[in-house]
Formats: sequence, structure tokens, C-alpha cells
Amino acid sequence: MDEIEQIKRDCLHKILTLYKKANAGHIGSSLSCLDLLIYTFFRRLLEGDKFILSKGHAALAMYVVLAKAGFFPESELETYYQEGTLLAAHPPCSGKLNGVVFGTGSLGHGLSLATGLAFSNKFTGRKFTTYCILSDGDCNEGSTWEAALFAGQHKLNNLVVMMDNNGLQGFGKSEDVINLEPVKEKWEAFNFEVVVAEHGNDFSSIDQAFRSLDKNSDKPKMIIARTVKGSGVSYMENKMEWHYLPMSDEQYLTAINEIQG
Amino acid sequence: MRREFSNAIEKIARENKELIFLTGDLGFMALENVRDAIGPRFVNAGVSEQNIISMAAAMATEGLLPLCYSIAPFIVFRPAEQIRLDVCLHGLNVKIVGNGGGYGYGIMGATHHAIEDIAVLSSFQNMKCFIPLCNEDVEAALSAMFEYQGPSYFRLGFGVLPASMELPAFRHTRKLKDGNDLTIVGMGPVLLNAIQLSGKTDFPFSADIFAISEMPFPDLSDELKQSIRKTSRVLVIEEHVKRGGMGEHLASHLLENNITCSYKQLYATGYQNGLYGSQSYHQSLSGLDPAIIATTIKQILYGK
Repeated sequence: MDEIEQIKRDCLHKILTLYKKANAGHIGSSLSCLDLLIYTFFRRLLEGDKFILSKGHAALAMYVVLAKAGFFPESELETYYQEGTLLAAHPPCSGKLNGVVFGTGSLGHGLSLATGLAFSNKFTGRKFTTYCILSDGDCNEGSTWEAALFAGQHKLNNLVVMMDNNGLQGFGKSEDVINLEPVKEKWEAFNFEVVVAEHGNDFSSIDQAFRSLDKNSDKPKMIIARTVKGSGVSYMENKMEWHYLPMSDEQYLTAINEIQG
Repeated sequence: MRREFSNAIEKIARENKELIFLTGDLGFMALENVRDAIGPRFVNAGVSEQNIISMAAAMATEGLLPLCYSIAPFIVFRPAEQIRLDVCLHGLNVKIVGNGGGYGYGIMGATHHAIEDIAVLSSFQNMKCFIPLCNEDVEAALSAMFEYQGPSYFRLGFGVLPASMELPAFRHTRKLKDGNDLTIVGMGPVLLNAIQLSGKTDFPFSADIFAISEMPFPDLSDELKQSIRKTSRVLVIEEHVKRGGMGEHLASHLLENNITCSYKQLYATGYQNGLYGSQSYHQSLSGLDPAIIATTIKQILYGK
């Protein structure tokens, strides 16, 4: 796991630096799912596999991981938030950024898109796996559950969904806004094979969850990752405001010092 | 047009193995032939229009040719954001077919009508809307839609072409009749309410009649320009609201081409009395029935 931990440190540093340079928000959202992204791209994704980030507001984490994984040059990251960039706050709809099949940003689209990709294999004969990361807010959207019903009905076992279950959403705690619990049972009731990663910002917990999936199951897969919004920067952790706020100079230095240990 | 549609699409789907027919749980006594012909490529995805559109977008990226079918308002308005983002912004070759355009579902009520569909969809990036004139037009209109490799909407209605008329080859703008007094421009089967007036009014008139079958249409055809310059009088007929409809689009083309004329529009006015009835009832309330169209023509020509 040393190598992947080093990748995480590099990505964290890059993400914080780019957020600071752009004076942009959604930091907490990116840090919440960074481990899932790194694990997906460096431990799971095979040639031809697809990935959909349904929580498009965590785009920067995805951009940085994509660049790190070689999907496009790291120099491209320097255009983040600049005029005329492909790397906006949410992933582009142009199809021009390698690794980004669909632009997202409005919640509730990702699982349907991923389901469509997974379903297409039945007609094309292709064999890829489709991965998708959902947020808690995504699971407020009715369209997410439409897709879940369809994926279960059609036994799309080539669909692997991860829920970045940090318990915070746009304007409150999930339990106060729309309580998703019992979330494991919900996904099971929708005919998914469900495993919980109790520490969704810990690679060994994520790895254990993936390994415990039944390879022979004909159901779509759901990893519920119990994550922490703002994970890795102590003053951001579990704080809703880090969905929105940019960092001050002092906060940036504190964050960088912290991740460099 | 539903029968003509199912027959034509069965043929297209048999020939094109990439076509995947996604229905939102509709098609009873209408699409069984398609289902039987293409087997697993006919997918009843349930009553889930948002999911259907996004899935279709994803399937299109894999080289498939998805067609999404439901009652027009259900497949347009509920998943409008999915159409806007996942299909149109990505420029994907997804075909959307809505049955019952305009007041087509009559007494089923406003939930089942689509009188704002063209306004919404024709404003989206890359989207082309195809509006066949009559049942006999469906096969050619479908071919035109499939020739366009991009986001498309097909508005199914109902209307029978008079036996005496010949239908010109499908184009976005077609001249159906020759005349001298005014230029009638219509979209969809409601135009047949004007066509049937020929020789049946208590006043003499002859009109150039044009059908618009694609929205937004890219330009004014020379024939239409010449007609309007000749008559200087335009009557627009559409079973669609005024805002964002064919009439507004035509008016903008006329302005851009410095063509001046008198301009009268007949269009779907909605539900001002709050009451429901057949398609004819709603056409009548909107002034789209043959009698009111005749009165309107008389007013345009004779001022009374």
C-alpha cells in the first residue's frame, strides 16, 4: 500500500494547490472521494473500463487522479478554472477530455449513465466494467433510484457503484435533510450486492470491501464507503462549509503542512 | 401516425442491428410488431423517462442507436434536463419519439398533451425536431430523422392527407398548394384543417400552403420567400404555444431577410376555460378548427 499512499499524498498536494490557485470551493467534496478515485484508477480500472463521476462537483479530484494515471498530461491541470479551459468546476460535456465519458454536475445523472454503459455490453458484446461514484445528494434524486431499479432488474453485474457516504450534503447533514439510512438495506432491496467499507478514506478498508464482493454474483455491485468530507485536512473534516469555501493563505499553509506530516 | 410509425420502425430496426428501442412502458396494441421483430433489442425500461434518456445517451457513446419512446409530454418534459445535458450537450445520436403531439390525447387531459414540446427541445444544442404533416408522411420523416446523426425528436400526431393531394418529398419546408391571396404556413397535422377548406368556403380565396416539418428550420426556402413577397400576407397555423413555436421562428427568419408582410398566427392557447375535451374541442378553443381558420382567412383578405 506504500505506493498508493504516495500517490495519495501527491494528489492531495496537487488538489489543494490548484484549489488555492483558483480560489475555488468544493474542496471537502473532492477530499471525501479522493481515496475511492485513486483506488479505482490505480487498483481496479482495466483497459477499456469506464468511469462516471456522478458527483461532478468533485471534478478536481478526478482531474488530478486522471492526470496522475496518465489520461492527459499533468501540465493540463494548470488550466484548471482558467478562461477557455476543459477543466472547469464540473467535468466537461465536450467529450474532449480523455477519461471523462460524460460531463456531470447536476446530481442524479451518473448512475443512469453508468447503467446505460453497462447495459450496452449486452448488445455490443464488449466486456468492460463500468465504475461510478455517487454522493449522498445523488441518492436524494429519484432518477438515481430509477437507474438502480433497472440495473437490478437486468442483473448488470458489470456495474460497480461506490457511494461516497460522508453524511453531509449541500445544506445540512443527510440524516436531517433526507435520511438515507438504512442505506445498505435500501441498495440490497434494489437488488444490488452491497458491501460496506467502514473507513472509506482508508485504502485497506476499500480494498477489503472490494475483495469481499462475490465474483460470481449476477447483481450490480455497490460499495458503500463511509467517508469523511474534507478527509485529510483536520479543520475541514466533517464540516459542511468546506463544500463551498475557498482557502485563505493561512488555511492553505496549514493544510499543506498537515498533509506533509 | 402510430401504426405508420410502428410499421416503419420495424423495418428500420430489422435492417439496423444497432437500433435499441427503449419504451417507457407504452406500446400496447401498437408496438407488439416491433417487439416481436427485434426481440431483446426492444426494451421496456419501465416508467422511468429520466433513466431512459440518460441510458440512451450512454448507449449511443458505445455505437448503439437508441430510440426512446413514450407519450410526448412524458418523454419530453420529465427528462428535459437529461435531454439537455446527457444527449444534446454531448451531441449524441439519440432518437426521441413522442406520441400525441399537441392536443393529440384529447380527453386524457393536459397531463397527456404536448403543446410546448417544440419550444423546449428546439432550444437545446444540436437538437432537431421532426414534425410529420400526416400519416402518409411518417416513413419519409423517419428516414430524414435517421439520416441526421444527432439528437432528434419525432412528434407523432394523427392526420390523413386528402386523397386528391400529392405529398412532396420530405424537406423542412414544402409547398403543398399554389395560390395568390395569402401564404399559409403550418406545422404538423393541424395544417390539414386549412388544406381541407379549399373550395369549401363561402368566400373565394386561393393560398400558397407550406408545411414546416423540421424545427428549427435552418433557412427560408426560396419558394417560401417568393410566396410571401408575392402575397404579403402570412397565416401561421400550429398546434403549439406561440412562444418558442414555429410562428416565432418563421417571424425571425422574415425579419432577418427584410421581408415585410401582414402576419397572423393561430396557435395552441392552452386551457383558458379549465375544461377538457377531444383534440377537436381544444383546437376549436384555440381557433385552430377549420371554421375559425376560414373566418381568419376572410378577415385577412376582406377585413371582416
